[in-house]
Amino acid sequence: MTKMTLTKRMFVKLAGATALAGMLAGPAAAWEPTKPVDFVIMAGAGGGADQIARFLQSVSEKKDLTRRPLVPNNKGGGSGAEALIALKGTSDPDHTILVTLNSFFTTPLRQENLGIDVQSFTPVAMMGVDPFVLWVHKDSGITTFDEWLAKVKEGGYVMGGTGKGQEDSLVITFLEQAYDLDIKYIPYKGGGAVAKDLAGQQIMASVNNPAEAKGFYQAGDVVPLVAFSDERLSAYPDVPTIKELGQDFSYYNQRAVVGAPGMSDEAAAYYQDLFKTIYDTEEWQAYMESESLSPLWMNPDEQKAYWTTQVERHKELLASMGE
Amino acid sequence: MEILGLLTDGIMTSLMPINILLILVGVTLGLFIGAMPGLGSVNGVAILLPITFLVPPGSAIIFLAAIYYGAMYGGAISSITLGIPGASTAVATTFDGRPLAMKGRASLALVTAALASFIGGTVSNVLFTVFAPLLAKVALIFGPPEIFALMLLAFATFVGLGGDDIPKTILSICLGLVFAAVGFDEISGAPRLVFFDIPGFLHGINFLVLAIGVYGIGEMIWTIESTRGEITTTEAKMTVKGIVNDSKEGMKRGWKGTAIGSFLGFFVGILPAAGATPGSLMSYGVTKLVAKRPEEFGKGHPGGVAAPEAANNSASTGAMLPMLTLGIPGSPTTAILLGGMVIWGLTPGPRLFTDQPDFVWGLIGSFYISNLFAVIVNLAFIPLFIWMLRMPFTVLAPLIFVLSVVGGYAATQDMHDVWLMLFFGFGAFFLRKLDYPLAPAVLAIVLGPIAEPTLRQSLLLSSGDATIFFTRPIAGPITIIAIILILLPLFKAIRDRSRKASEA
Repeated sequence: MTKMTLTKRMFVKLAGATALAGMLAGPAAAWEPTKPVDFVIMAGAGGGADQIARFLQSVSEKKDLTRRPLVPNNKGGGSGAEALIALKGTSDPDHTILVTLNSFFTTPLRQENLGIDVQSFTPVAMMGVDPFVLWVHKDSGITTFDEWLAKVKEGGYVMGGTGKGQEDSLVITFLEQAYDLDIKYIPYKGGGAVAKDLAGQQIMASVNNPAEAKGFYQAGDVVPLVAFSDERLSAYPDVPTIKELGQDFSYYNQRAVVGAPGMSDEAAAYYQDLFKTIYDTEEWQAYMESESLSPLWMNPDEQKAYWTTQVERHKELLASMGE
Repeated sequence: MEILGLLTDGIMTSLMPINILLILVGVTLGLFIGAMPGLGSVNGVAILLPITFLVPPGSAIIFLAAIYYGAMYGGAISSITLGIPGASTAVATTFDGRPLAMKGRASLALVTAALASFIGGTVSNVLFTVFAPLLAKVALIFGPPEIFALMLLAFATFVGLGGDDIPKTILSICLGLVFAAVGFDEISGAPRLVFFDIPGFLHGINFLVLAIGVYGIGEMIWTIESTRGEITTTEAKMTVKGIVNDSKEGMKRGWKGTAIGSFLGFFVGILPAAGATPGSLMSYGVTKLVAKRPEEFGKGHPGGVAAPEAANNSASTGAMLPMLTLGIPGSPTTAILLGGMVIWGLTPGPRLFTDQPDFVWGLIGSFYISNLFAVIVNLAFIPLFIWMLRMPFTVLAPLIFVLSVVGGYAATQDMHDVWLMLFFGFGAFFLRKLDYPLAPAVLAIVLGPIAEPTLRQSLLLSSGDATIFFTRPIAGPITIIAIILILLPLFKAIRDRSRKASEA
């Protein structure tokens, strides 16, 4: 017990010594979490979704926005199926939220036996969309998309990604079909592992989010060839989009937060408010800028409508893949 | 030289009064967090991360490093005194630490653990200081075939051990591999081995559930049955002279394990897929393999405590490397630190060492100091832990049971896992009666989830051609050594037989 009092005294001292500036500034909403919030992440540690989830949590902690902490909980198993099942079956929907990516749409489509209805989830916030870029290793000598196409056509080309039916594999399948390519695809645990194995030349190319490849790009290990965004990315002004190269295609990963099915309206309102506050912080705005995310704020009704269109789009994409 | 200057700055920063205070509090908290079953350094760092926003980033890192280090030391304590692994990284410490405690030599085990941890921590800090940028490149060379070869080597060290029954060891490994395969298949995304359609199996079998079941519950039943409760675990009185003697004996018999653990642990720690738990298990296996009398391991050999403890401390520094240079956390704890770094405005990646040298070397400087304080605090608390052991077994056994249940629940916060843990406990008891070694099963459930995807990725890379494990310059030699190790007992058996034949 001496341990406890010691710590408490410590904290008081610390607070005083460092002239704590931030005051308790939680929004005065009617409903507030009464216990730590299970902040589930649909992906493994180290990937794009994980980075974002931990960033959001850190902002919330730093600004002291929640009475109870958000506790990150990686459940990446089965392309996020593990996370979706956990949310569907949670005994406490008011304290369970999920950071999603597009596997929120694809996993229920690919694994119908899971019995997940996307529309049963509670919309919270759309924090932005993350573009995809095609990367190669600098030692390959390839600097343009045309050179890349020529290289792939020689055969035996190996790419890595986060798994069949996952976001990057949809983009790779699109490339295969549009340009009649044959690419060998190696699945990895997360986007971070893919970027690392591209830098280590275990694979020849990847379709990674800018955030995942940025460190290696800055170190000069990897080279971006083409962006799958609607417009050129401001951080990569010299990289053309696939649209400029004549294909009517763009693909983004959603960075959204949803609540468990059955969440009460009061709790939903609380989280919508919380993530709106986080969205408006300087930190998040600066993060979107530096990691090339596009802002795409939506209110809850717009989010629900967006889900419907995305489910339809992914149905088509998966069907074209023969999945 | 520039590095040395920055490092000295880092160490001097750590020695500022407020930072020393943070380090003392951090290692003490960490020690207790690590010693509590189910509360590893992951939870410790996660719980305390928010507090770090109250102090400047420099001090925050120092505080977290202190907790991280303290927890690495603390994990050994409950492994030794109670037989329940306090943290995943300390599972291998139970193999010999618990038998030592049962023989009344708990103080020897605790002192050996503390000293080995200190040496492991120091060696890894020096290795990090000197070779960090170079080693970041090594981590990149390790692709799926190399990592699989390394996993094969780890299994081989456990199969190739003298003393244990080989078919039983292999069966134990297979059991562990089956448990490791439960849950979602990472590559196809399909659920596997969901026994009786119980949803609790979907999230897989957390290996702490198996380890606590086997070592906490199974051992306790075993002890009750074999002694009818008539045991006093230790008679030892703690004196300064006793600690000095224990240190001498621990280092004399455990130096080999300490050396192996320090280097192997660091190396395994820098591989992004691995982390401190595989590092400590592999070091235990290798130490036993090269020991003069491997049959003494598992029955209370200080080398069996020194190896995993040196390794888990060494690996925890090593795991910082992929986090800092590749942005890929080498362990769950570093994943949380990564979150902290981002909010402090630091981008991990290959350029961190050049862009933010003061941060990197400040962190390493705080490691040196935390490590030093952790060993002092740890040694100071040893009499308290010994005192706990002097409780009568009739009090200790229920305490172990309660802590096991708490630890099993804390791992995943699912009652399903508590029942599973009890099931494993009884299963382990019966397997032990039949003389099955259980450490290999624990090893397999840790390494299985690393070995399986890398095997499948490798075979995809090579279009199903298994020679990929032999033809690559790094994977090749590792695979060959592993195969020789696996076949070693076979050669021995043939030699013994032919010798017998010639004698007859």
